[in-house]
Formats: sequence, C-alpha cells, structure tokens
Amino acid sequence: MSSYQAIVKEGLWTKNAALVQLLGLCPLLAVTGSVVNALGLGLATLLVLTGSNLAVSLIRNKVSDVIRLPAFVMIIATFTTCTELLMKAYTYELFLILGIFIPLIVTNCTILGRAEAFASKNSPLPSVIDGLMMGAGFGAVLLVLGGLREVIGSGTLFANMDLLLGPVAANWEIQVLPWDSGLLIAVLPPGAFLITGLLIAFKNMIDKQLDQRRRANKPVVTGSKRVRTTGEIS
Amino acid sequence: MSSHDSIRSATSNASLLGIFALATAITLGMTYVLTRENIAAAQREVEARALAEVIESVPHDNSIIDDSFAVPEEDREILNVGDWLIHVARENDEPVAFILPTVAPDGYSGSIYMLVGIQTNGEISGVRVTSHAETPGLGDGIDLKKSDWITGFNGLSLQTLPEAAWAVRKDGGEFDAFTGATITPRAVVTQVKRTLDYYAANRERFIDIAETQSLNTSEVE
Repeated sequence: MSSYQAIVKEGLWTKNAALVQLLGLCPLLAVTGSVVNALGLGLATLLVLTGSNLAVSLIRNKVSDVIRLPAFVMIIATFTTCTELLMKAYTYELFLILGIFIPLIVTNCTILGRAEAFASKNSPLPSVIDGLMMGAGFGAVLLVLGGLREVIGSGTLFANMDLLLGPVAANWEIQVLPWDSGLLIAVLPPGAFLITGLLIAFKNMIDKQLDQRRRANKPVVTGSKRVRTTGEIS
Repeated sequence: MSSHDSIRSATSNASLLGIFALATAITLGMTYVLTRENIAAAQREVEARALAEVIESVPHDNSIIDDSFAVPEEDREILNVGDWLIHVARENDEPVAFILPTVAPDGYSGSIYMLVGIQTNGEISGVRVTSHAETPGLGDGIDLKKSDWITGFNGLSLQTLPEAAWAVRKDGGEFDAFTGATITPRAVVTQVKRTLDYYAANRERFIDIAETQSLNTSEVE
C-alpha cells in the first residue's frame, strides 16, 4: 500500500477525527441539527484544515521548536478568519446560523493536531492530502449525524439547502417521515451525544467483523518458522 | 550556550515570529478588503428583507432601509435596545408605518430579538423574530420558519384587543402557547404589548420626527 493510500485510509477511517480520535466534538455536537448546518461547518473545517496543513508544511523547516506552536496557531487563526469573512460575504444567512462555531474552528483540536502530528513532519503534497482526507472524514461524520438528527428530529432531509448552495437547492427538501416536530431529543444536545455514540459503536462493529473475516481467511501456518521480530542486528 | 548565543537565538526567533505576524496580518487585511463590500451588501439585503416582511401589508414607496432615525436615548430601556434605528415607511412622503426594533429579555434561553411594524393608526402590520436561542421544537415556534404563530399579531391594536387579553391563554389572555413552552410566547407577547404602549405614547413625536426628516431630505435634493 502506497503512503498516499495509507493517508487516505487513515483520514477517512482508521484515524477518523470524529469517530476515533474524538476531536472537535464541540462543533460536531452543536451544529449537526440539520444537513445544511453540518455541510456548512464540514466544508469550513475542511478548508481551514487543508490550508493550514499546506502552510505549516511549507514553513516546517524554517521555524524552530521554540516558536513552532505560536506560528501554527497564527496560521490556523488566519485561515479561520479568512473562511469566516468568505462565508459572511457569500453565504451570509448560513453564517448567521452557524454563528460562533465558525470562529471556534480555531479551537478544533483536529486542526492543530494534524499540524503538529503530520504537516510539521511531511512535505506539502502529503500534508494537503492529509488535510483533505481528515477534513473529509470529519465532514462525512458531520453529514451522517446531521442527516440522522434531521430525519429523526424534524422528519425532513435537506431542508434549507439553498442557504448554502443558492436558489438551485431551494426545492431539495424531502419529507422523509410524516411528522412535524419529530422526536425532539434528536435535535437537542443529548440526542447528538446518543447518535454519535451509536455511530462510534457501529464503526467498531464493522471493524471487528472485518478483522474476524481477515483472520478466517488467513491460512494457518503450521510447523515452526522462527522469525526474529524484535531487536536489531548490529 | 553562552548568554551571547541565547540572546542571538531569542532575537532571531522573535524576528521570525514577527515576520509571521506581519504576513498573516497582510493576508487578513487583503481578505477583509476583498470581501468588505460583499459582506456589507449581504447584511443590507438580509436587513432589508426583514424590514419588508414586517410591513408587507402596508403599501409604501420609499426605501425603508435608508429612512430611519435612532431610538431616543431615554427610551432605549423600554425597548431593551441600544443605539438602534426605527425605520419609517412612507407613501407620497407621508409616514404610513414605523418599524421598531425591540428585545424580549426574558425568553427561555436569553433574549429574543424582534422587529415590530406598526401602522400610524396603531395597528400592528407584522412582527418578526430576527434572532433567538429558544429550544428547537418547543419554543422556536415563534420563528416564522417553524410555525405561523407570529402572524397572529397582524392587524391587532390596543383598540381592538383589551388590555387583559395581551397575554398567553394560560395567563387568561388571547394568545396560544406552544405545547411544553409557555415562557417563550409569554415573553414575546409581553414585549410586543410593551412596544405598542410605547408607540401609542410617542406616536405624535415619531410622526413629527419623520416629517421633519422628510423636509430635510427634500431640501437637500
């Protein structure tokens, strides 16, 4: 497996920011009441994460350890503020809904975490891919969570998508379940916790099954082949 | 490491950090300049739309968003607002309605921001909640996106509805509350009533201000 494939797999699945690393939970739980909110925050996070990964990777050899963190934080804050300004300029009404959570992307641990753990040690291209994939993995969880909460809580899917995508999306709203106000708990913060928990459990279940299948397929080697696996021969 | 060395490394780190700060400041400044006009236009559009909704039923021919005066300083506490604007709707230069900003301070989760459109005869032309943090599914029925409860104010005035009826049904008034949420509609009804009272007491004054303003602008033209 090439290293790029590994990066993709880690970002989307094995090191998924929301389901495995459990980072950035505050915005994750707070804004996923509907698909449009989730998509808006997901895209904003993806943008900031990719941009900051690229910038951090470009300067990684120029900053000493002493000023590394302040420099990273400055970069992340810049990208976040730029994203905020762009959202205000082009999707103002969505910005009004997401409100405080856009500036708070700065404090999303995923972003500083990737800057520290990946971008500061790798060249620009892998860093950008890592940013894209981590962002996509986080965004995908936001979307699934937003979709589930919207369907269970409000009975609709894709309501108000025009706030983000313009007039084209004005009629995208689907009435999935025949109720007006649904199961309230799904839209409230406790519902966000419950559904996130279920998603994590679901992911672990899939992993476990994959693991079992892999083990079942692997031929059992009989006889003894002794291989030294630890230590180095000098 | 000698003290000379450590001073040198501190200086070089500090200047590097300074260069970073400068670069980020320039990036931010450029983004700000590039988006400034778009943001102002977007804000204006949202505001203009909200204003238009509140006086939908009142024919007018002026640009409401540009026609305004500040809430008099001594009255700001009544409406719970700051240095905000009262907008005037006119037809043939005569004021036909005023749009008052007002805030209900006692919602279930904090303040509820509203616009109340009142025709010059004291009749409500429309009320809209512009911003709130009420519980989804319970209190957020005050938002027109969720239910049309708020349109129940249309056409009401102090003359058509007696004093005691300006309350939610649970308190002996005329207004429905939502299932499981009384506090939110109670806060809205109370504040709308308060705004109407305030308007009734200041009607002549507002019309005076609006007419002087219109004189001023026509002189300028």
